[in-house]
Amino acid sequence: MARDKKPTDSGVAESPIADVFEGRHPSESEKQWAEKTLAPALEKQPERPIGAATGVNIDEHGHARFTTISGVPIRRLYTQADLPEDWETNNDKYLNYPGQAPYTRGIHASGYRGRLWTMRQFAGFSSPEETNQRYKYLLAHGGGGLSVAFDLPTLMGYDSDHAQSEGEVGKCGVAIDSLEDMEILFDGIDLEKTTVSMTINSPASVLWAMYLVVAEKQGADWKKLGGTIQNDILKEYIAQKEYIYPPAPSMRLVIDTFEFGTHFTPRFNTISISGYHIREAGSTSLQELAFTIYDGVEYVEWALKRGLNVDDFGPRLSFFFNSHNDFFEEIAKFRASRKIWYRLMKDRFHAQNERTRLMRFHTQTAGVSLTAQQPMNNIARVAIQALAAVLGGTQSLHTDSYDEALALPTEEAARIALRTQQVIAYESGVAQTVDPLGGSYFLEKLTLDMEKGAFDYFDKMDAMGGMVKAIERGYPQKEIAEASYQFQRATEAKEKITVGTNDFIIEENPTKILYIGEEVAIHQTAKLNKLRARRSNEAVQRALDALKKAAAQEPVVKSNHQMSDANTMPYIIDAVRAYATVGEICEALKEVYGVYEEVSVT
Amino acid sequence: MTNTDQKIRVLVAKPGLDGHDRGAKVIARALRDAGMEVIYTGLRQTPEMIVNAALQEDVDVIGLSILSGAHNAIIPRVMDLMRQQKMEDVMVVLGGTIPAQDLDQLSKAGVAAVFGPGTPMQEIIQFIRTNVKPRSVTA
Repeated sequence: MARDKKPTDSGVAESPIADVFEGRHPSESEKQWAEKTLAPALEKQPERPIGAATGVNIDEHGHARFTTISGVPIRRLYTQADLPEDWETNNDKYLNYPGQAPYTRGIHASGYRGRLWTMRQFAGFSSPEETNQRYKYLLAHGGGGLSVAFDLPTLMGYDSDHAQSEGEVGKCGVAIDSLEDMEILFDGIDLEKTTVSMTINSPASVLWAMYLVVAEKQGADWKKLGGTIQNDILKEYIAQKEYIYPPAPSMRLVIDTFEFGTHFTPRFNTISISGYHIREAGSTSLQELAFTIYDGVEYVEWALKRGLNVDDFGPRLSFFFNSHNDFFEEIAKFRASRKIWYRLMKDRFHAQNERTRLMRFHTQTAGVSLTAQQPMNNIARVAIQALAAVLGGTQSLHTDSYDEALALPTEEAARIALRTQQVIAYESGVAQTVDPLGGSYFLEKLTLDMEKGAFDYFDKMDAMGGMVKAIERGYPQKEIAEASYQFQRATEAKEKITVGTNDFIIEENPTKILYIGEEVAIHQTAKLNKLRARRSNEAVQRALDALKKAAAQEPVVKSNHQMSDANTMPYIIDAVRAYATVGEICEALKEVYGVYEEVSVT
Repeated sequence: MTNTDQKIRVLVAKPGLDGHDRGAKVIARALRDAGMEVIYTGLRQTPEMIVNAALQEDVDVIGLSILSGAHNAIIPRVMDLMRQQKMEDVMVVLGGTIPAQDLDQLSKAGVAAVFGPGTPMQEIIQFIRTNVKPRSVTA
């Protein structure tokens, strides 16, 4: 995305309309416009790029310029001259029609006219009993699917009564220790009819096993279950940092779920390859796009190495993006993502099945963009971000609650967030036509630049030997840390304005928030004590021993396409059925695989 | 040499299970750019590890970043350990998402300042400069 060099002729460079001619070939009529209409207008009213020219918003000549929130320079006007010369003649290569390759305009021929996106609100707090109530509330108010937020001990594979869990139980999500908790969490919710997404990564196979057993106990058919486990360990090393085991065994566990899924749960997404957390950690929009899709490439490579067929597991790969404040940059990112994935699956991995080449994604509005100051302003931010996700063609959407910079959302804040989606869906009219912004010079140029920028990153990381190698070198981590520091500097210099935080500030009173105390830890510990007294601890030990044995072996796909004997999923399911806890199962795997320690980059 | 000797030394630490380290890293870099000596511990440090590191590194300030809500469990343990090590002269500041209702309790426990989301880096730098007297190193 480097800015084109200005002409060396200083006379031209000094002209206020020089940028119209830089690195592009405007039509005669555009030249006329620049000279006759634009030049006098600039004379009368000079442009004023936002903020001071102290570093981030300045070009190589020291002039202030307009940039996206990611620091990408933005032109005054986009016209045909910004698109490739063969834009019209090779339209099927660039755009084509919705539901047709390369899917720039969306994966459905009729967009949202047949079916709206799924309004899937991420929720979870305190005990499984309380979260179960919130789920019933969300479903009763028009939420289309569930999305489980687990607390940090669960995410890190610790039981609620572990020393490391002190102070963390039920704080950032719901505490789940055993199958018993999962049964409570989904009590009265028909899992064959409700799709459920679970944000769980390192212990994903354990929580998924619990989910499958609960569904089975409800009498549901595994083949009919729809839902998603996040199960994206690579972005944990890159951004969110909730890893347990080192990369290689972690990747093996992920591929075990792919393999298991193709045999037993054909409608369940066994991974949600996530850019969300990469963006939250401070990346640019392009970095989010590039690192996420390249994570996808790495998963495919590892699955192929196992001996799986890309057209067997490929259709179950799903993605998850962030939607930030910079409206057009985000829409361009979403549109480019589909095209990039299509190109990779077709050309790099030779997928034959069209389903494999389709990128489907979930979107969440940007938590990182929310302010603790004047929190009601966040409702406006979320609406803009949600609108971008819809115009980008998302399959499902979570809208953040306005109070999320302060705490987990109150019930009222969560309802307003859902209502924001409903206003977009039913009042704004944007869902009535497919890809309404397609063909906009500006958006199409941004989309093309996103695609090019992503492939440039892919080349760099291919040269490093893939994403696991790049992570071990700290490459994506460094890129993100640098971008987040630059953004913070721009904010401090008021080159980027955050309304209510670095400008338009007022004195205000504290906002009412959801407060979670330590009772949850006591409640969960009591349940665990009773469970350990009630269950057969011998059966638990037998199941854990069998799991360790399988985990220590190299899984190999059999010649008759049957699942590898050493696939860990059936053993985890057995352990779950015996009511082994999350902590016990993760501990067993730690004994085999060890734990990962990162080298910190600042 | 005098300048180096007088540099304020800061330990930036992430206690608890939370892995959200964007803030901690940005602050570490901002303090370093402001001329302070910064040691970043990395993730998932126990109170014992943090206080030990602070002692070893002979810091003037401990900056803790907690976004998970575990501050009420972690802060008192850090302060206790510091008292045991007679580190009352080391200033503790806290950053992250801290509910307003916990502020009094944290202040009583000895936390010098709590910096919530959106705090300008300059404000944190200024607070440290104003409230910490660099200890001169005895030759």
